[in-house]
Amino acid sequence: MNDAVKIILIAVSAALVNNVVLSRFLGLCPFLGVSKNMKSAAGMGVAVIFVIAISSAVSNLIYQFILVPLSLEYLQTIVFILVIAALVQFVEMFLKKVIPALHKTLGVYLPLITTNCAVLGVALNNVTDEYGFLESVVNGIGTAVGFTIAIIILAGVRERIEDNDIPVPFQGMPIVMLTAGLMAIAFMGFSGLIRL
Amino acid sequence: MNKFGERLKNGIITENPTFVQILGMCPTLAVTTSAINGLGMGLSTTVILIMSNLMIAMLRKVIPNRIRIPAYIVIIASFVTIVDFLLQAYLPELSESLGGYIKLIVVNCIILGRAEAYASKNPVAASAFDGLGMGLGFTIGLTAIGMVRELIGAGTFFGMTIPGYQPIGIFVLSPGAFLVMAFLIAFLNSRRRKSGKAAVSDTICRTEDCMHCSNTSCGGRFYDFDGETDMVGRLAEKQKQEKDTKSGQSQDGEVKQHE
Repeated sequence: MNDAVKIILIAVSAALVNNVVLSRFLGLCPFLGVSKNMKSAAGMGVAVIFVIAISSAVSNLIYQFILVPLSLEYLQTIVFILVIAALVQFVEMFLKKVIPALHKTLGVYLPLITTNCAVLGVALNNVTDEYGFLESVVNGIGTAVGFTIAIIILAGVRERIEDNDIPVPFQGMPIVMLTAGLMAIAFMGFSGLIRL
Repeated sequence: MNKFGERLKNGIITENPTFVQILGMCPTLAVTTSAINGLGMGLSTTVILIMSNLMIAMLRKVIPNRIRIPAYIVIIASFVTIVDFLLQAYLPELSESLGGYIKLIVVNCIILGRAEAYASKNPVAASAFDGLGMGLGFTIGLTAIGMVRELIGAGTFFGMTIPGYQPIGIFVLSPGAFLVMAFLIAFLNSRRRKSGKAAVSDTICRTEDCMHCSNTSCGGRFYDFDGETDMVGRLAEKQKQEKDTKSGQSQDGEVKQHE
């Protein structure tokens, strides 16, 4: 299999087949929390793409050029979580200073992303699957796009069921979980799409 | 001694992380495909909770307040790494089936939440028992959900086949996790309504910003920012209003006294 095809397969697999929220259950908190309306869902999605792309690139470089030469691979969890936390803070300060317009759109979502387990999950996954730099970044962006697709679909459905007559115990979180469950069934249809 | 018993009861019953606080959703949904997986994940989390609570309580007077969160995260991540390697060495099968989720215990909000809420303010022994109680509560929750999913989805009970039952496979696949949680929360909500408590999704923010909040179950109450006001701003506004009304009342009281 040539490299270009492999890269495309990694992206499709990360975005659709192994969808980060619906089949790997990472990043559930923002998925359930920020999906009340389409506008904030889209903002969150873009912020996640932004942060995951940068963090998977940086964590891959740190792993390749610092941890492996010093044979400190066992410190990956500690190093990655600190790098991600610092990176998010740094990105926020950088955007505030340099691109205030973008900061105004994404700023409120950035602090929420530090504790998003999808970011750490992708960084650790890249190491487990022995991805190189390009593959890591593509896997990261693919995963984040999958998150964005899922959260936007959920927000669309939630906007529509808002005024419906939902049984009292199911109002709030339970109906959102049921919706997510039905979406997960739909996304299972992608599972036969590719074979890596 | 009584105090330690109270900590255990608090973790297992009064503030059970799964059934009362609905914390740690990611592992709850991800690893409960069987009762054994739930038990393994729960016990690993328990060990990490006890050790990190112990360590944080010991260092509570040493760690400067401003950098406490990164310090807690380093302590938690160290214990997670230790437990991960122990599982790989001694229980390779369990480690295989839990996959990457053991490493992701680092971002489990229960652990950081207990560090913030309890271990950073209380003595060592009580903090360890707090960790034990919370961990056991979480273990019971995960095992129970795992048992239900395994029973319906695979027709087995801790690996033993139930004869004459046709399993509904979807319950051990990813959609099943969402469906089981939906019904569980609906059940908890209806019970809470009967006893006059707020629904699960109405539990309040515990800290001033979402970044340090151990409560992931708020389901968008303060995430629900439309346009300019973010959740932090809105919460600050609310607190300010409360303060104003309180100080207004006390001023009124003073005025009356003067009269």
